[in-house]
Amino acid sequence: MQAEIAAIRFGMGARPGELDAAAADPRGWLAAQIKGAVPLATSTPLASSEQIIIALMAAREERQQMRRAAADSGDAKLAFNPVRAANLPHYREQVLARAQSAALTSTPFAERLVHFWSNHFAVSTDKGELLGLAGTLENEAIRPHVGGRFADMLIAVEQHPAMIAFLDNQYSIGEHSEAAMLAAQRQAKRAANGEPARRFGINENLAREILELHTLGVNGGYSQTDVTTFAEIITGWSIGGGKGRLAGGAPGRFYFRQNMHQPGPKTFLGKSYREDGQAQGEAVLEDLSRNPATAQFIATKLVRHFVADDPPPTVVTRVARAFSKSGGDLPHAYTALIESSEAWNADARKFKTPEDFVFSALRALEATPQQPDEVLRSFELLGQRPYTPGSPAGWPDTAKSWDGSDALMRRVLWSTRAAAKYEKGIPPAQLAVASLGKYARAETLTALSRASSSSQAVALLLMSPEFQRR
Amino acid sequence: MKDTLSRRHFLLASGALATGAMIPQALFANTGGSSRLVVVILRGALDGLAAVPPYGDPDYAGLHRELAIAAPGAEGGALRLDDTFGLHPSLSFLHQCYSAGELIVFNAVSSPYRERSHFDGQNVLENGMTKPVGSSDGWLNRALAVMPREGTPLSQRAVAISQNIPLILRGDAKVISKSPQTTPDVDEDLLARLADLYSNDDWFSARLSEAVQTEKMADAAVMSDAVPADAAPMRGAAPDKVHAVTRMAANLMRSDGGPEIAVIEATGWDTHANQGGAKGALGQRLAGLDQALRSLADDLGPLWAQTAVLVVTEFGRTAAMNGTKGTDHGTGGCAFLAGGAVRGGRVIADWPGLSKSALLDNRDLKPTLDLRSIFKTVLEDHLHIDRKSLVTRVFPDSNGARPLQGLLRA
Repeated sequence: MQAEIAAIRFGMGARPGELDAAAADPRGWLAAQIKGAVPLATSTPLASSEQIIIALMAAREERQQMRRAAADSGDAKLAFNPVRAANLPHYREQVLARAQSAALTSTPFAERLVHFWSNHFAVSTDKGELLGLAGTLENEAIRPHVGGRFADMLIAVEQHPAMIAFLDNQYSIGEHSEAAMLAAQRQAKRAANGEPARRFGINENLAREILELHTLGVNGGYSQTDVTTFAEIITGWSIGGGKGRLAGGAPGRFYFRQNMHQPGPKTFLGKSYREDGQAQGEAVLEDLSRNPATAQFIATKLVRHFVADDPPPTVVTRVARAFSKSGGDLPHAYTALIESSEAWNADARKFKTPEDFVFSALRALEATPQQPDEVLRSFELLGQRPYTPGSPAGWPDTAKSWDGSDALMRRVLWSTRAAAKYEKGIPPAQLAVASLGKYARAETLTALSRASSSSQAVALLLMSPEFQRR
Repeated sequence: MKDTLSRRHFLLASGALATGAMIPQALFANTGGSSRLVVVILRGALDGLAAVPPYGDPDYAGLHRELAIAAPGAEGGALRLDDTFGLHPSLSFLHQCYSAGELIVFNAVSSPYRERSHFDGQNVLENGMTKPVGSSDGWLNRALAVMPREGTPLSQRAVAISQNIPLILRGDAKVISKSPQTTPDVDEDLLARLADLYSNDDWFSARLSEAVQTEKMADAAVMSDAVPADAAPMRGAAPDKVHAVTRMAANLMRSDGGPEIAVIEATGWDTHANQGGAKGALGQRLAGLDQALRSLADDLGPLWAQTAVLVVTEFGRTAAMNGTKGTDHGTGGCAFLAGGAVRGGRVIADWPGLSKSALLDNRDLKPTLDLRSIFKTVLEDHLHIDRKSLVTRVFPDSNGARPLQGLLRA
């Protein structure tokens, strides 16, 4: 069963031939995948976050002009939203490239790790302006670092414009920053004229979620004061090329705004950090990446993803130790996981999420989607719209979050449609063995042989309990 | 194959029947005698100081600044509740309910959770305990297990209007899930074969038979045209997605043998930046919620009279506006109890005030009422669960949260 576990649990579901490829040395097959960056398996050129943001800035300008014009003519609503129009094609291209990559990749363990980290550092497109940027975070900040140091990935993510915009850090201003002081003087004048004073200050959203969701975990030993201090430390972490008080910096790229940064040394988690501009926050992130709570939190999530919904503490300890001892070198943590016998228990299986299910089905059927709508409709039906987990906590990783009866009926519907489109003509029993190997049960093979059509047999295969688990 | 097998026949014919626990029952005529409960969970932490503005508090306007809602009568002012509190101007339906004596507004409430993580906060809100971890079932599921039985089979007494079951409804008692989008018919023959394929796998087998049963109920609800023809037309803002969800809830609850309890979730309340005041992002969300509740009432029709709708969120937000015209995670917040079964027209708030010394940790509205007090009262007075079960099974460790009196009409 080792090849099956390597391809199905660690990988993204077997493509025909993959079980044979992994069979000689399943652990070696996995280990060979976790070195260095993990590029998309497709060669479609995608726009960078920088290009997209520059286009968004122009679109926002256009929308404001349209709003002004609409207000003049008394129209309350805009029929056309240029910001959405600027975002949407990028979102669709990213979603398609991601699905194609998942369907085609010959390093599916590495690809699964990309998805794991992308979900760990989740941004969500239900914040509308993120629509075209969410995928760039995965491609620009996650893929280069999946086989590297956690600290590098962490810094790349927290300085990525998509994360900064998602958690509102670009407008967070230190109370004693130059920008705030200058504003205070202006406010004093306004107040003297009887105008309402405006207020500048921090926004603690990014700081809190870095601690709670990206590094230490919610019980990682930080206080509200630590959250507030950390928020001050990363004031100024922003995106270049804005307007007004956000002018300056290269448009669309991370930009440290010294004039918004809360100056001075700060004490965070009991340690003093000297004033060092942008580097003050980077020093904190480096330390967070080495904090034992971070190792424990990351290890728990990895083990939950690869071993069981209730992660066995012994495996968590082993992975956390490998993470800590290597200074957060991710391949060491992955290796500890691969070398844990608990991960190779053929009976302990995870219920597939919609993504797991669809990608494994695409691989089993060698069906590479050609249109963004195919992918989007699939995931809208199944309740996992790409890059839209709805919260910075990402998608849940346990069966109880995905096992509703309504959800199951939708999988049946999706399987029926996918099976109807299947044209490769490989006999269903052969498909079952190619995708499930020894997991294919005799009763399933019998049911496939008795199906009323080959398309019905394919639907039954996709909905079989052994295919629905990994 | 599809032509001859109806779902009902499929159930009778298939192996799903043999597993026993999920035997479909003849659908009961909805006698209309029993109480209905809808729980609406607002995920992301609604700003209670915007939804229920304490315009009469001397510190409110200074703290909430441009996010503050003005006093009633001013432009964009609150809808008046009493001399201290109003409702956000987007909540016109709730205000009608208040005037009709069908809404209780709570302020300065919270679960026992005192940190500021959304996810832990929602866990505590839903697990009914004092800590976010250590309980994998929800209080409403535990309540189902001790609810007095009437005719309805247990598996149909509660529905989550979503694809999957949220924590509040997870647990040993069977519940169903049904999302609002109607799924086109799935091939009956395939379902029958799947039931056979699942016959040695209880986990899949239970879910499939539940799914088939729920589909049937939803079909029946739609066919019986459960939405009254004279339902009030929607007004104002485009209906939020929540609207489709409340409609599905109402349809199912009105159908014969339909559930008595429904859980609805709505996201998008985490307003860290550019929250807006009377108008703006939060105002639009609230308008969507208000529309959804209005249509729920319309769609429930005569059932509204025996319905209580509980609207809750994981915690409130900071008393002061933050640096980005929003609010950060706080503690005390608001809740609503609406419906024909509610003895309303009241604000229940032991108001601690917003003065510097009254704030919790120098930043949040201090909660003075445990949400579990409200939950317990609703379960006892509306769903007739005995007090002993409430304390021992549904909300263990809740002695400090005493039930309230007279929230519901007798």
